[in-house]
Amino acid sequence: MLHRYPKRVAVIMLVLLAIVAIFPLWGPALFGDQSDFILEKLTLMVILALFAMSLDLLVGIVGLVSLGHALFFGLGAYTLALASPDFDAASLWWMLPLVMLVAAVAALVVGLLVIRTKGIFFIMTTLAFGQMLFYLISTAPFAGGTDGVFIMFRPTLTAGETMLLDLDNPQTFFYFCLGMLVAGFLFLRWLTRSYFGQVLDGIHDNERRMQALGYATGGYKLVAFVIAGVLAAIAGMLAAMQYGFANPAQLGWHTSGEVLMMLILGGMGTIFGPILGAFAYEILLYVYEHLTVHWPILMGLTIIAAVLVLPRGIAGLIIAPPWARRKPKAVEEEEGVAAHLHPATIPHKEG
Amino acid sequence: MRQEPILATHGLTRRFGGLVAVNGVDFDVRPGEIHAILGPNGAGKSTLINLLSGEIPPSEGEVLFHGKPIQGKSVRQIARMGIGRSHQKTNIFPRLDCLQNCELAARIHLGGVFGSWRSRQRARQVSERALEVLETCHLVHRAHTPAADMSYGEQRQLQIAMVLATAPTLMLLDEPMAGMGREETVQVTELLESLTDRYTLVLIEHDMDSVFRLADRITVMVDGCVLESGPTEQIRASEKVRDVYLGRHHEEATA
Repeated sequence: MLHRYPKRVAVIMLVLLAIVAIFPLWGPALFGDQSDFILEKLTLMVILALFAMSLDLLVGIVGLVSLGHALFFGLGAYTLALASPDFDAASLWWMLPLVMLVAAVAALVVGLLVIRTKGIFFIMTTLAFGQMLFYLISTAPFAGGTDGVFIMFRPTLTAGETMLLDLDNPQTFFYFCLGMLVAGFLFLRWLTRSYFGQVLDGIHDNERRMQALGYATGGYKLVAFVIAGVLAAIAGMLAAMQYGFANPAQLGWHTSGEVLMMLILGGMGTIFGPILGAFAYEILLYVYEHLTVHWPILMGLTIIAAVLVLPRGIAGLIIAPPWARRKPKAVEEEEGVAAHLHPATIPHKEG
Repeated sequence: MRQEPILATHGLTRRFGGLVAVNGVDFDVRPGEIHAILGPNGAGKSTLINLLSGEIPPSEGEVLFHGKPIQGKSVRQIARMGIGRSHQKTNIFPRLDCLQNCELAARIHLGGVFGSWRSRQRARQVSERALEVLETCHLVHRAHTPAADMSYGEQRQLQIAMVLATAPTLMLLDEPMAGMGREETVQVTELLESLTDRYTLVLIEHDMDSVFRLADRITVMVDGCVLESGPTEQIRASEKVRDVYLGRHHEEATA
């Protein structure tokens, strides 16, 4: 069934999660002094994975290719930067809801305007809105123009006087981001398997048929757009916490394009694929940047190769590995589902 | 059969530029009947169906469903009023399995997606309804097969099952047997026959055997106009219809 994968996917993802999660244990032994730097990189990858996953809801699940998703990422970052008090740390208890609210309102407004368009027009209108906010922010004096805004104090998570999590500690912050990623993943997995997700699958496959069945498809797409926007904004807020500033680059089309490449690399429409894509992209970027200043050429070639060799991305490689592809289909299927159905016992309600 | 028509058109006309695809069609469908629309290629049958389901607006004239005009309503609203349709091209959700395809159709009829989040009972109603239509269409054994993996004939049957799942008061079927083999055609004809006592059907079909076997009344269209409309026996015996179907040569020869 759709959005249900072989056990091997869960096993691989859990093993990878465990390896990443215990990095503070093996990192220093392997990398020594470099360990802190790599932990920072890992935190960034986790944040970008959340960002890529949110875009997958639009691109992979609903089939709406957005080239303006960084708008919400940047909005999350700027909401944190601009709403933080100058000489005090904000509390996450109100900062997180505020970021989500701002993103939801923005996604609702933008969504109402772009959701009617399809295909290339959707790409263009989302790009246009992204660039609008980019130029607005990079010329606005209150937002620091092209320099962006610094965040002097990272928000805190306290209960009364006691600090629940010391987010200034890089390790704690890493685990906090990892927790957000896992929560976001579980949420999206639940969503895609829900009735609502089924409607999104229907829209992806055949929107006109959905309308002929009686579905107001625009509304469903709008809800998906808002959810994707809110998740992206949470990722943006985490990124701003990590860097300590919000910068116009975070909401430009370049960022939107990068996250789209992470999706392509990881495998669209799988939710777990983009997580792998984000890690793979960042690792490749790091390697290529050290090899040559012309790294975008290498990256471009890699993406082209990925599209040619792995049309379903890294996720596709795990779902159907080349060595398992020739196996008979029945092995993968859940056994005997049809046996549980007893249509004869169903009361007849027609007429 | 003296009841009010469930659907009626008055002077229904649709132009595409200079082409008049449907020209002043008066036509009605009575409750419980199977009304077939026959006609050579390009006669305007599919355009007529598209007008009836609201997918294209008429240039002139009107469509009345239960006496109320459908003009200005969206496809979705018309669907929810009770007009269910299937398309000439296979029109299913290929990645979803058979049951999910029907559940999507049943769910919108039984109150939508957000309602079913609240109620387990509704969720059960939806899957019961979906299974019921799969049973009607002999697809229960395929419930968990992705639609894309089924045979063409099964996909066409699934399409009918999906229309049934929305519990329409009127079903518009656009060439349900298109592209099917002999055996599959017979199967679908039998399926449609089993629906006759419960549903009102408008059927576009090329397969004459099936049409004459199924239809209570037949409307024959030529060049966008109604050539003749009446009970199946009348159409079967009609000279005019025979001429159209046997071609102009026959007409000239007998003239």
